[in-house]
Amino acid sequence: MSHKQRLLVVGNGPVGHQFLESIVESGCATDYQITVIGEEPRPAYDRVHLTAWFETRQADALNMVADGFYATNNIDVRCGEKVVAIDRNAKTATTDSGRHYDYDQLVLATGSYPFVPPVPGHERENCFVYRTIEDLEAITAAAKNASVGAVVGGGLLGLEAAKAIKDLGLKTHVIEFAPRLMAVQVDDGGGALLRRKIEDLGVEVHTQKNTQNIGDGEHCVHKLSFADGAELETDILVFSAGIRPQDALARQCELEIGERGGIAINNYCQTSDPAIYAIGECALWNQRIFGLIAPGNEMARVAAAHILGNGDDKQFTGADMSTKLKLMGVDVASIGDAHGNTPGAKSYTFIDEQAEIYKKIVVSESGKHLLGAVLVGDADDYGNLLQFALNGIELPEHPEAMILPNIDGSASVGLGVDALPDSAQICSCNNVSKGDICAAVQGGALTVGDVKSCTKAASTCGGCTALVGQVVNAELTKLGVEVNTDLCEHFPYTRQELFHLIRVGGIKSFDELLEKHGSGKGCAICKPTAASIFASCWNEYILENQHAGLQDTNDRFLANMQNNGTFSVVPRMAGGEVTPDGLITVGSIAKKYKLYTKITGGQRVDLFGATLDQLPVIWKELIDAGFESGHAYGKSLRTVKSCVGSSWCRYGVQDSVGQAIDLENRYKGLRSPHKIKMAVSGCTRECAEAQSKDVGVIATEKGWNLYVCGNGGMKPRHADLFASDIDTETLVKYVDRLLMFYVRTADRLQRTSVWMENLEGGLDYLRQVIIDDSLGICDELERDMQSVVDSYQCEWKTTIEDEQKLKQFRSFVNADDGDKDIVFVEERGQIRPANEEEKQLNNNLIAVA
Amino acid sequence: MSWTTVCTLDDILPNAGAAALVGDTQLAVFRVDDRIFALDNHCPFSRANVLARGIVGSVGDTLVVASPLYKQHFSLEAGHCLEDDSISVRRFPARNENGLVQVQL
Repeated sequence: MSHKQRLLVVGNGPVGHQFLESIVESGCATDYQITVIGEEPRPAYDRVHLTAWFETRQADALNMVADGFYATNNIDVRCGEKVVAIDRNAKTATTDSGRHYDYDQLVLATGSYPFVPPVPGHERENCFVYRTIEDLEAITAAAKNASVGAVVGGGLLGLEAAKAIKDLGLKTHVIEFAPRLMAVQVDDGGGALLRRKIEDLGVEVHTQKNTQNIGDGEHCVHKLSFADGAELETDILVFSAGIRPQDALARQCELEIGERGGIAINNYCQTSDPAIYAIGECALWNQRIFGLIAPGNEMARVAAAHILGNGDDKQFTGADMSTKLKLMGVDVASIGDAHGNTPGAKSYTFIDEQAEIYKKIVVSESGKHLLGAVLVGDADDYGNLLQFALNGIELPEHPEAMILPNIDGSASVGLGVDALPDSAQICSCNNVSKGDICAAVQGGALTVGDVKSCTKAASTCGGCTALVGQVVNAELTKLGVEVNTDLCEHFPYTRQELFHLIRVGGIKSFDELLEKHGSGKGCAICKPTAASIFASCWNEYILENQHAGLQDTNDRFLANMQNNGTFSVVPRMAGGEVTPDGLITVGSIAKKYKLYTKITGGQRVDLFGATLDQLPVIWKELIDAGFESGHAYGKSLRTVKSCVGSSWCRYGVQDSVGQAIDLENRYKGLRSPHKIKMAVSGCTRECAEAQSKDVGVIATEKGWNLYVCGNGGMKPRHADLFASDIDTETLVKYVDRLLMFYVRTADRLQRTSVWMENLEGGLDYLRQVIIDDSLGICDELERDMQSVVDSYQCEWKTTIEDEQKLKQFRSFVNADDGDKDIVFVEERGQIRPANEEEKQLNNNLIAVA
Repeated sequence: MSWTTVCTLDDILPNAGAAALVGDTQLAVFRVDDRIFALDNHCPFSRANVLARGIVGSVGDTLVVASPLYKQHFSLEAGHCLEDDSISVRRFPARNENGLVQVQL
């Protein structure tokens, strides 16, 4: 057998990694001896979301490489090693450590480097660029002794850098050479609005400033002198004045280079040496450099297909440079010919100074086709407009209607997804076409969530989520799949609709609900759902006669029923805090009633093996000792886990236990579509595992970071960062709104994670509703929550004080006996239910009745 | 066979069940509006005496109780399991006699 082909990848960034993934996905990785060499100290990480490093300050959070990726696929990875020379004749690359690597095919994915203008003084201390994790670490360290920061460059990355500096607590300036911010993507009108919005956030913007010298400052470390005579002092300076292709290796080995740099490639991403490919920001195709991730990924896929020899048809043919992003909380989008440079192009502009929205579309001379667009302040139309532009779809008679607000309630002029060809690219980050999505639906993926996981559509930037949803629904309709969202046979409504019927109609009993809106006798689906909604809306005692029979298994007796018909008992220990006396009480009660005890994952104690008739007596003792119901039985708030925080921990920056107790006491008893778990960590080390909770709170030096919609369990999901550095009042306000919105709109038994993923627009939409109050319902949500908080009662206290209710807890309605079939055996010094075999043998059984 | 009174109608919540003990037999007695049904309280799937604690309702025209542990449905009138033809629980004659709940064993 001949030796394996040696495939050498130089550069281990996002595009280099996409190349490796493409090779692995083909299933042919084992046919090659693959080596990847990167000069950074770690393997590929998500440079597009570099700024997210500030959220956790941990490089792992940006890691793009799945566990075991290199080992499983037999890829030799070299980090912190730099290729310094290539010998094309010998087909060898040499690194700075003196090692030689032979290759049959070489892929250059060396990326780009930040351009630093050659201004005198640019090499002074505390002058940085914004490209790698190491850059961010250096900026963070320098910020500790600084009070002012400035960014040279008002483009996309410059504004990201400005946000980072602002978040580090520095007075922040942005200096731009052009007359406006984001000069490439945005026109004058959009730029003016963007500037105003960014200045509102406390960042000073200086345009038309040509920096000529950097010298010693009087109040700060540096003084910048501009061509117009103005001056600015700053302690930290970050250059973000564009990128240059990293083509040094290609120059050294004399590959063809563009006049202004960049490694020239053909449609297969081959350089002038057919054994060498170049992909990503280092590559020059058709005299163009592509500084976005999507074209880089596409080049990686093309090069991989060509090397594997299975893709003469797969070529790189340029890329659309349209972008949509959120800069410092401001939505900005740019499509195609944003400046109207096409001959004969005409434009329509809409400006709303009140709401700070700017929208412009550029149409062809004939008025029939969309050439470009600029959106600032509201980029919801992006997906729709992009499809018109990319697919040459004919515009409606009045194209301006596409950007005008929809005031009189008439449907806005949208694009029926049926108008899109199958080839229309829906998700540009992952190159997923409408045809791919339709095929996935035909293959059995019936929800947006399913389609996301099998096609990767909408899983990177999420900008296309709404459009993916429309395609999925249209395809389902076409397939004749009726999406039945009825709750059950008794109610032709979704849970959300039922919620509104109950709330608006003031309905307080199941009989009334069934009479007005349902049929039959109800069932184990609609009854607990209605009971939960009644509790969320009116918060009446759940064992009231009209409610008791509706409750699901555990709620019915305010305890978790176990496999042998006995129950477990969980007293609340808010935040996981319990006094020694409290623990002793719980221990004595467990001992007295011979209960099995275990510590739960939610930082409290669970007591197992109580019979129905024991529940009230056990609870009476617990309540007399000051405990209250832990609602472990409810679809409601379970626990708010915490670490000890600043009170004890030498790293803690806030009182996480106190915060956890306050949150738990605020939301205890709230009935919801599914259980809710929370946690509060006292510092970024995150010992309370808040990022695996529905609501996770992590202390920062300035306040709290709020994470939402995570969960553990069968399908774990990391929570998403929702808001940063907020104070306690804001935290509570957001959580009030978020939980109430969830309670109102989620499906039955839908955790917050799935709920959020199924909202059109996902996390961004949720932010708009909760933070920006886009639906105008936040006051109402807060009021509703306050009413639930104010009407809280310990259900067990109410129960033991009511003779009538206690009757429900007898084992038999007509006898004081217990259930003789409940028997236990001893294991590790405690009881557990006897299994069938042990019952047959009848040895050492422990009976309770 | 004679009727045994186990409790009054008011002892059972409307559209819910209660467990009763007659001799050594554990019964699940259900009240649907003012009608009474009785099944064996033993759930054949979980092997625990819990059927009386299930939610009462209807599947189509059949009145049912859903086992509280694994949620299989049993017909209140016939005792068979709707999910598995081969499984059923014993049913007992039961009635509401002027506000008294009575069963026959």
